[in-house]
Order: sequence, then C-alpha cells, then structure tokens
Amino acid sequence: MQPTELIIALQNKNQAALKSIYDMYSANVYGIVFNILKDETLSEEVVQDVFIKIWNNSNSYSEKKGRFFTWILNIARNAAIDKTRSKNFKNTSQNLTIDYFVDILEDKTNFSSKIDSIGIKKYITTLEPLCKKIIDLLFFKGFTQKETAEELDIPLGTVKTRNRICIDKLKQVLEI
Amino acid sequence: MDIKAYIASGILELYVYGSLSEKENAEVYLVLQKYPEAIAEVERIEKSLQQLSGAVAPEDTHDLFSKIENKIQTDSDPVIPIHRKRTNWTTYIGWAASIALLIGLFNQLNKNRVLREKIVKNQIEQQLLEGKINVAEEDLNTAKTILSVLRNKDILQIPLQAQQVDPNAYAAVYWDKENEKTYIDVAGLPTPPPGKVYQVWSLKLSPLTPTSLGTLDTFNENDHKIFSLANPNDSEAFGITLEPEGGSDSPTLEMLYTLGTVTS
Repeated sequence: MQPTELIIALQNKNQAALKSIYDMYSANVYGIVFNILKDETLSEEVVQDVFIKIWNNSNSYSEKKGRFFTWILNIARNAAIDKTRSKNFKNTSQNLTIDYFVDILEDKTNFSSKIDSIGIKKYITTLEPLCKKIIDLLFFKGFTQKETAEELDIPLGTVKTRNRICIDKLKQVLEI
Repeated sequence: MDIKAYIASGILELYVYGSLSEKENAEVYLVLQKYPEAIAEVERIEKSLQQLSGAVAPEDTHDLFSKIENKIQTDSDPVIPIHRKRTNWTTYIGWAASIALLIGLFNQLNKNRVLREKIVKNQIEQQLLEGKINVAEEDLNTAKTILSVLRNKDILQIPLQAQQVDPNAYAAVYWDKENEKTYIDVAGLPTPPPGKVYQVWSLKLSPLTPTSLGTLDTFNENDHKIFSLANPNDSEAFGITLEPEGGSDSPTLEMLYTLGTVTS
C-alpha cells in the first residue's frame, strides 16, 4: 500500500509519521544495505543515514515519480554504494565470503515475525540460479536492464520478461 | 490497451525496482491512473519484494530509531529560517503556475480551432476521394470487360497497319463473330483534328465493297481508346478513315489511316 497520509504527515515534518514509516520500511532498507555492504555495523550506520535523508528530503518525493517504496529503495542503494567507497568498508570487505542475498538467506535462522520465513526459505531453494542473479542486480543493487544484460551476458530483451517470471514465483510461494 | 499483456510484459516489476527511465516511469504512472488491476499488481509486487528484502535484514532494527530521532531533533532548529524564505518562493511559483495555466488554456483553445479546421478540410478531401474511387471503379469494370474480350479464344485478332497518310498509325480489331461485335483499339491513332472523325469500315475484297460500322465520335473522351461496334457483316478486311463529322457514305481513301485483312 502507498501510505499516502503518512507521506503527507512526513512532509509536514511530523516525527510520529517518520516513526511509522521507519516501522514499515526499516527492514527493507536494512536488507538492501546489508546485501551491498555485508557488514552489520556499517549497515546500521547507513540505515540511520537513510532515514535522516528521508526526513530531510521528504518534499522531493512525489507520487508521480513512482512508488514511495521505490523512492526509499533508491535512497538506500545510493547510501550503501556511497559507503562502499569509504575507508572503513574497504578494510572490512576483504574477508567477505558471501556474494549476494541468497547466501545471506541460506545461512539465516532468525527472522522477524513480519517475514514469511518458511515461504522465503522455500523460494530460495527452488529458485533458478539466473533468477537469483537477476533479482540481485536489478532489485537489490539497482542495476539498469542494460547493465544487468551486460553483467549476465544475456540479451537485453529477456531481462524484463525473465525477471517477471522470477518475481511471479516469489508471489506464488508467498501466496501474495 | 491490453492491460493483461501490459502487466505480463514485466514493466511493473521494473517500475517498483526503480530501474525505468523518467519517461517510462511517467508512462507507467498514467497507466496506473487508468487501470486498477495494474495498481493491484504493483501492490502485490511491492509486498513480495518487501518480504524478500526484509528477510535479508540481519535482525529487528527497532533500537536504531532512537538514534535517528536524536539526530533529526538536533538538526531541526536551523531548519526554520529556510522555511520562511521558502514561503516567498511558493508565492512566486503560484503566480508562475497561474500564468502558465492561462497560456496553456489559450494554447488549447487555439489548438481546438486548428483541429476543427482540419476536420472540415479532411471531410472535403474525403468527398473528393470518394468521387475518385467511383470513377476508378467504373474504369476498372470497363478494363475487366475489355480484358475478358481479349482473353476469349473465339475472338479474331486483326492488326491494322499504317497507311501513307500517317506511317506511325496503327490499330487493332477484335472480332467476336458469334455475337456480331467488333472491338476497335485505336490507341495508336493520332487525335483527329476539329471537325473530323474516324470512321470504321468493314470491307469485302472482290469486288471492293465498304460497309460503315460507325464513327468514333467519343475518341477524345474515351481513355481506353477501345470502342465496341456491331458488325453483322462477313468482313474480309477492316479499315479506318478520317471523315468529316457525322461520317461519310463511302470511305475517303486518301484519308485511310489503317488497314488490315482477316486471315482465317
């Protein structure tokens, strides 16, 4: 759902609205950021930055430009990618073994109560390798279709339809 | 628009990801305004992506909010003067918007008038075209009749050769003996001078007996230059002469343009 009233309240600098928005989206922001940084301490810093940006720049959001969720996604990705250029990140990233969200999810046992953890685990085990990569690049990392096609060496025209199939499965497994 | 195909194309997933261009984004937004099923699909995509990205987060993150709250509270004081300045801007923007709106309205009215004029012009053009189509259909029917005659194997084809008067002239006769009809193709004859007309003759050779088949009065008007004339005679040859308007009783041989004999 688009939380239209909350967005308006946020734009009027209502802190309670920010709290509600934080409750709705912080896990998503954290997930996106953590998938890029793979470090909890750094990710926590970035999540804070993201919500401060949401607070300060709320007036730059307009429904015509896209979903509120998408707007937050963009802020989260950009903040995380900025962080990868920092000295701290370069020091911690040297001993990383995980590649992308699938690895994180496979190792994970504790999930928030909001998450259909059984569904997500099931999805991850049945998902084709190509789907995993497409979702990682397009959704988590914010690649364009063209960049994704080049990175995975697949035709540009198949990125969109292939991704649709991958997300369809997610909806089916989660019964959404 | 086929909204099912639109949804199946996968564009809405990219819309939620934020990987479309600004222009594509605006297009999707317009579609969403029109089709509730597209919005429902966007909501489903968003919900499933919230589950997926939320699952990746390492742990519940509630304790972070107090830190965020502290930071925005310490920042909020210097924000106020910026706000005061902004009110000025909003009035300017308001004025600019209303002026833009007026200009827009005027443009719309003008466009409307131009479009109406275009419609009238198009209607006239359409009527002209309809007339042209009628003419073309008539022409086509004539051409079809001619073609069916030419293809009929029972028809005798008699080429008429040029004579001294005009060495470039030629003509042909297609003779349907059974139905006593001849078709005269005179595309190779020059346009007759004013006051003169071509006359077609059926000839018996010994002794030379010409019988008039008729005059080609509509030579100038007939685009095909093919004329159909009744011919009940047992012709041995055909000739075409140039005669004074109304035709003559017997051919003026000095004005014989073409001549051909029946070979059978």
